[in-house]
Amino acid sequence: MERTEERTTGPEPGEPGGGPPRPKERSGPSPLRIASVLVGAAVAVTLFLVAFDFLRQPNANRAAVVGLAIVVGAGGVFLLFWVMNRVVDLVSERFRETLRPYVFVGPALVVLAVFLVYPVFNTILISFQSQNSTEFVGLDNYRFVFTDPDMLRSIRNTAGWLILVPLVAVSIGLAFATMADRLRRGEAVAKSLIFLPMAISFAGASITWQLVYNYRPQGFGSNIGLLNGIMLGLGGDPVRWLEIQPWNNLMLMVIMVWMQTGFAMVVLSAAIKAIPDEIIEAARIDGASELQVFWRIIVPTIVPTIVVVTTYMVINAMKVFDIVFVQPANAETNGTVVIAERMIRWFFLLDHNGRGAAIAVVLFVAVVPVMIWNLRRFREQEAIR
Amino acid sequence: MSATPIPVPIEPTRGGGVGDVRRGGWFIRITIVAIVILWSIPTLGVLITSFRAEELVNTSGWWTALAHPFRAAEWTLENYRAAIEAQEFGNAFMNSLAVAIPATVIPITIASFAAYAFSWMEFRGRYVMFVAVVGLLVVPLQMALIPILRLFTQGATLGNLIIFPDLDLNQSFLGIWLAHTGFGLPLATYLLRNYIGSLPSSIIESARIDGADHFTIFWRLIVPLSVPALAAFAIFQFMWVWNDLLIAYVFLGGAGQNRVLTVALRNLVGATRENWQLLTAAAFISMSLPLVVFFSLQKYFVRGLTAGSVKG
Repeated sequence: MERTEERTTGPEPGEPGGGPPRPKERSGPSPLRIASVLVGAAVAVTLFLVAFDFLRQPNANRAAVVGLAIVVGAGGVFLLFWVMNRVVDLVSERFRETLRPYVFVGPALVVLAVFLVYPVFNTILISFQSQNSTEFVGLDNYRFVFTDPDMLRSIRNTAGWLILVPLVAVSIGLAFATMADRLRRGEAVAKSLIFLPMAISFAGASITWQLVYNYRPQGFGSNIGLLNGIMLGLGGDPVRWLEIQPWNNLMLMVIMVWMQTGFAMVVLSAAIKAIPDEIIEAARIDGASELQVFWRIIVPTIVPTIVVVTTYMVINAMKVFDIVFVQPANAETNGTVVIAERMIRWFFLLDHNGRGAAIAVVLFVAVVPVMIWNLRRFREQEAIR
Repeated sequence: MSATPIPVPIEPTRGGGVGDVRRGGWFIRITIVAIVILWSIPTLGVLITSFRAEELVNTSGWWTALAHPFRAAEWTLENYRAAIEAQEFGNAFMNSLAVAIPATVIPITIASFAAYAFSWMEFRGRYVMFVAVVGLLVVPLQMALIPILRLFTQGATLGNLIIFPDLDLNQSFLGIWLAHTGFGLPLATYLLRNYIGSLPSSIIESARIDGADHFTIFWRLIVPLSVPALAAFAIFQFMWVWNDLLIAYVFLGGAGQNRVLTVALRNLVGATRENWQLLTAAAFISMSLPLVVFFSLQKYFVRGLTAGSVKG
């Protein structure tokens, strides 16, 4: 493999529109070079196969497996591009530069085709089939999606998540970013502490919040949940926070707001910092109040960023499942079901492929308007560039 | 809980210096401190609980420990020892590394090559391809799970033609790397295209004139210049992969050698419900690395993530 390195790195012969065509001098590389590249590629492939075989050994040393996995995974992808680029160098000069862009974008397109495009079509197909995908059942699965009481409830709940979580998270994030911008000291610390929950997994967050919502009935030990601690401290009775419908949905949304506000705040804060001081100063001199500066200058200037952040939040809220899924309380009896959680439950726990897929398709269709709007916004942006 | 900005009495602009423009009064300071405290309480609860002795955890709220923080007898490291042993957390921690590092590097590499091509190479279908990538941003992850799982376990055929061979990727590291790569690529390509596309074209052109080929330009010029954006996305992707439960659960499974940290944590929740001192210690172990990563690379995060988007 090293031998290919000896290739002289002269000026690129295939410079588009470059000098006069050089006659005779065959542009193709020598057979020796072709051979060395091919041998190198073969050695690389073999090494990888051996490595992957090792990774499957059930009783191999764990540290070795992990170390090898990291090296193979991280190094392999770069090697892939390097080898492909070398192979393109072997192609005749005429097609070399036409081909090279596809080497650069190719892997991305292949991965996307396999992992996102193909699944979309496949899921649509499965959604018209029976439980085990053995026969077509027409619209049965969709009929289920729009008649089952738990499904209908999950659609209503998800609508609630979609509206409330982005609204509250972006509002608090914006307010906090605006105010933190005015701090003379401690801005970085304050922002880091708000961002911190973003680094916590949903599984970790559910444990975290059980310490807030925990409930124990009278006589079953003292209440160690913070909210019930407060209730008792105020002389009230402990409350089953996660079981009072429909407010328990709000309790769960609070968890997501807690986790996502930091992201909104960080991005919005960067946008606010990008507003020139002179503009704000000029407004102040003209006698504008803080409130007017905020609504007339800050908000209109950063509207594009607010839109981006809100979109991101909406999509995230639509996909939310972990928060509901890992709660110890039963989502169905407590009425906290959401669409994505239904889909996972039907597909993976209740083993009904058709229904799971139909729910996924409904979820996808709901996102399509966001996608179209996203693309339109991108077009506009491109026009400005 | 709303966006209502805080009205602050207009103060006379002292001297009109730039430093004075962005200055807040006591109201702002108090509000900020209040929000920060509110936001930190849940995490603080986990931290304190994880260091308390078992019988105390179950008989009194964690906040009672704040009343007498210096009673050494009430604090213990035992929970961490127990948590590490309980579900082979050490093993799971290593597995999480083996999943998260390549699952961060692979999509970034692939996406940055693609972003370079989308920005600085001329080829047919460039625009359409890029729009397709952006469009895929919104495909729900859940939708892809079922077909990919089948692809991994059965391959795909059209009649007798094998479109995707049965590589037996289920339960393997390669499978989960590829899955994370697929799900992370649209955002990575989009963000990196924004950044790489905004680099001055004169640099690339002069390098071309000097005879550098695209690979050299990319590797020697674009990558070093794009460090903020690359780092920002790396943090994002790393935290996402590290904290992911769904994909790990589906593709690596709930038991066995390759189980990652979040799955071990979930199993612990299932196995030891109400065992708070253990759960909190385990939760803190799982969140330690993302926190270190985030706080050490924080400055890149903001700069890189917003470079292309804020100013349009």
